[in-house]
Amino acid sequence: MEIYSSKPLLALLASFLGAILIVAAGKKPNLREGCSIAAGLLQLVIIVSMIPPVLDGGSFHFILSAFLPQVAIAFRVDALALLFAATASFLWIVTTIYSIGYMRLHGEANQTRFYASVALTLTATVGIAFSANLFTLYLFYEALTFSTYPLVTHTGTEEAYAAGKRYIAYHLGTSIAFLLPAIILTYVLSGTFDFRPGGVFPSAANTTVLVILYFAFVAGAAKAALVPFHAWLPAAMVAPVPVSSLLHAVAVVNAGVFLIYRVILHVFGLDLFHRLNLGIATAVLASITVMLASFYALRLDNLKALLAYSTIGQLAYMILGASIPNQNGMTGGLIHLVNHSFSKITLFFAAGSILLASHKTKISELAGLGRFLPWTFAALTIGSLSIIGIPPAAGFVTKYFLAIGSIQAGWLVVFFVLLVSTLLSAAYYLRVIRTAFFGAPQENVSHPISEISYFIIAPMILTAAISILLGILPTLLLPLVRLALR
Amino acid sequence: MNLAEIFAAQQIGFPILSTLIFLPIALAILVNFLKTDHLARWVALLGALAVLVLALVMTCAFIPGVSHLQFAERIGWISTVGITYHIGVDGISVLFVPLTAFLSVVVILVSWNSVRFLVKPYLAAVLAFEAMVIGVFVTLDLFVFFIFWELMLVPSYFLIKLWGGGPDRQRAGTKYVMYMLSGSAPMLIGIILLGVNYNNVTGGSGATPSYSFDFPTLLSVPIAPGLQTLIFFLLAFGFAVKGPLFPFHTWMPTTLLEGPAGMGVFLVGIKLGVYGFIRFVIPLLPIASARWLWLMVVLGVFASLYGALIAMAQPNLRRLLAFASISHVGLAILGLFSLNQQGIQGGIIMIINLGFVSAGLFMLAAILHERVGSSELSAFGGLARQAPLLGTFFFLFGMAVIGLPITSGFTGEFLILQGAFLLHPAPASVAVLGVVLSAAYLLVYYERAFFGPVTRSIVKTLPDLRSREAVVAAALFLPILWIGVYPAPLLHVTGASVQAVVERVKDAPLTAFRLSKEK
Repeated sequence: MEIYSSKPLLALLASFLGAILIVAAGKKPNLREGCSIAAGLLQLVIIVSMIPPVLDGGSFHFILSAFLPQVAIAFRVDALALLFAATASFLWIVTTIYSIGYMRLHGEANQTRFYASVALTLTATVGIAFSANLFTLYLFYEALTFSTYPLVTHTGTEEAYAAGKRYIAYHLGTSIAFLLPAIILTYVLSGTFDFRPGGVFPSAANTTVLVILYFAFVAGAAKAALVPFHAWLPAAMVAPVPVSSLLHAVAVVNAGVFLIYRVILHVFGLDLFHRLNLGIATAVLASITVMLASFYALRLDNLKALLAYSTIGQLAYMILGASIPNQNGMTGGLIHLVNHSFSKITLFFAAGSILLASHKTKISELAGLGRFLPWTFAALTIGSLSIIGIPPAAGFVTKYFLAIGSIQAGWLVVFFVLLVSTLLSAAYYLRVIRTAFFGAPQENVSHPISEISYFIIAPMILTAAISILLGILPTLLLPLVRLALR
Repeated sequence: MNLAEIFAAQQIGFPILSTLIFLPIALAILVNFLKTDHLARWVALLGALAVLVLALVMTCAFIPGVSHLQFAERIGWISTVGITYHIGVDGISVLFVPLTAFLSVVVILVSWNSVRFLVKPYLAAVLAFEAMVIGVFVTLDLFVFFIFWELMLVPSYFLIKLWGGGPDRQRAGTKYVMYMLSGSAPMLIGIILLGVNYNNVTGGSGATPSYSFDFPTLLSVPIAPGLQTLIFFLLAFGFAVKGPLFPFHTWMPTTLLEGPAGMGVFLVGIKLGVYGFIRFVIPLLPIASARWLWLMVVLGVFASLYGALIAMAQPNLRRLLAFASISHVGLAILGLFSLNQQGIQGGIIMIINLGFVSAGLFMLAAILHERVGSSELSAFGGLARQAPLLGTFFFLFGMAVIGLPITSGFTGEFLILQGAFLLHPAPASVAVLGVVLSAAYLLVYYERAFFGPVTRSIVKTLPDLRSREAVVAAALFLPILWIGVYPAPLLHVTGASVQAVVERVKDAPLTAFRLSKEK
């Protein structure tokens, strides 16, 4: 059942007009942040209202305008789009609430620019999710790069500009060099830019060209931070904590993973994808990324850097899932897009809370802080357990499906990678928890350290709770995930 | 390819294209007799605006979706050798007329304050140049085309020599003219060969020769493949020098560096060489074009890489823009010689895009030069903080240079790449590198010039764009945005004529051989 509706456009307009209102209300912080939350709620309501019809097997369509003959800026909302968009939109609201506490307490400058850029980032993110064809997706993909640039360089320091330069170079460089030609080549081979279930290529297409094309797509999706296109991610950590949480847990990185899922499912189609042995190639690439990121994270002492490298590894899990040739594996990968978002954003929130309360950024300095910041470290523990994959946290569901899928496929090497990387992530996350709860407090703690604001605690506890909820009730997501993979 | 004609008398009631050529000439004469420089400036500006309005009226009255020659006028001139005053526009040429008129207005505005001596001759030269360029775009008789093409050199020589900004402008003016003449001499031979071939095919003899240089007439006679190749190289050489297409580009950076800012707008903004390829070379010589397309594609791809690489190393803004334009000409040539609908339309949109973008960037460069006293990178740094409007517009025009979405540069590049991929993925993939490099040189330059600490005291007191300048910049960005967001009307205007060319090239070998057999 195809529903022609302007809802997809309205969802984009909610955040876009939100950005304009935010700028207009720039002089009054309370009103400005109010606009941001209102826009987020409106967007979330519109997106959620599309879930029931999609669960009934429908999809929403909207054509905005014809750009060139046979090339339209058009939207199509299916289960895959909703998983991504709903997660991003929900977490935008949570991040805004967290930002109110963080940005004010941390005395950040240019807050209007911050909130406006975040609203534009969400517009681009939802645009990517709702794109009906590769062309529309490319437009929003570039828009995402430019709307996040002011966020990465927010602090205005030399380091921030250097990170911003690297950020632009990686994203713009790869999208122009690989994604754009890949999109055009797809059109040349198939005669369409549209996403179609089961793929678009005629059976006569040259297999060598198709293989090259696939890798051009993967290289073009630098936002997914697969090795060797990962270096922008740790560099971008110079941004304020709310930016990192939004970029590295929700919008940007998920956009990269989403693109790869779209390409596998709706450009190549699973049949062709596995017939060309691209699944195995992707699994190798993702496994290398998982292992390198895990080993690298082991020796890091900076908490945010650790989270960055952990993110690289976790993103690779999602792509690993996509490469496994059965339903269970792919379910594990796709459900991790949501699970990881909630768990990782909890960890970022906690890192920000620690920074605000104690001005500490290094793991070795956290000794004994657990007793002063109980909420923060409770959240951090839940987030860590989820990322490691310990029940009942959400990450366990991911690992469960991935493990089952890899065994079913007979890919024992992938199973082994999962095992080792789980142990490694346990090693580096448990180190944080152990230091915080069981380490001896440093003696020169002169001022009392305590939880700093409800604006910080509430969002953190909420996302931590959802991380547990998704672990206990994966059935909340599974219908949508199954539908997306069909 | 049968080009039916709609005459101006039927279509609009008066010879609008002739008016567009001769009105600027009349203005050029008039400004010399005015009392004050101030009055001359206003008359020139209002006159150029009138030409622009007329050109826009013509564009609006143009019937899109057909490949007819429109607003045509035909008057016999030197009938013994078959030279006629035959003008008209179709989808390929129509858009360049308002573009030229628009850029002329910009040139007059850009030099409003910066040209302080010999103001009247300067304005006369600009208006005369405008007239010649419009003449080149609308002429359908190759001989008359050649006359306009050569007459263009006169005003441009004096523009560079008398009002150039660089210390070496004398030599630059001479270099420019020498280059242009060495390009046009072979072109003239090529044009004569076309006329001679017509005479031979139609059976004219020594006593009753039947020469013709009329473009639609020449299309109707076959040209032997060998002769096509010869004429192809003669014409292509002339157009490549004007392009400028690598390796005939070396006049361009010198001229831009030494010449006046207004000249930069014209030279970078109006790509007569590229126009020559799509107007005359490809339709008249389809077999040679198809046979030698590999050479043009290689040159185009190479130029796009070479120009971008050299641009990366340029500390001078004008030289950077010169090499950027060489790179973009390469892309446009790649598009044209893809010889398909997307590629050719992309090439046309690319040169229109270049018109607006280069006018915008040269205007900003001229403003910077006027206020900072240099175009060198070392003189800039932190400009955006001092002049946020200037910084914003520079970035917006830069986006179109890179070809980022929502700008006309994106539309052009997207179509060119689409056309090139349809031709063959290999050259297209290499051309993509040129696009990536364009992002690199532009963003790196932007970062160094506009961000970072302010190091020089003169930058600290830099005034931002004045309202007049901001209005011009906005007026230049508007069409860039329009073509970037909603290119459909443009594609509709150019579509039918481009399709006629594509079909002619596709059928070329067949038609040519069939005709030669019939004979």
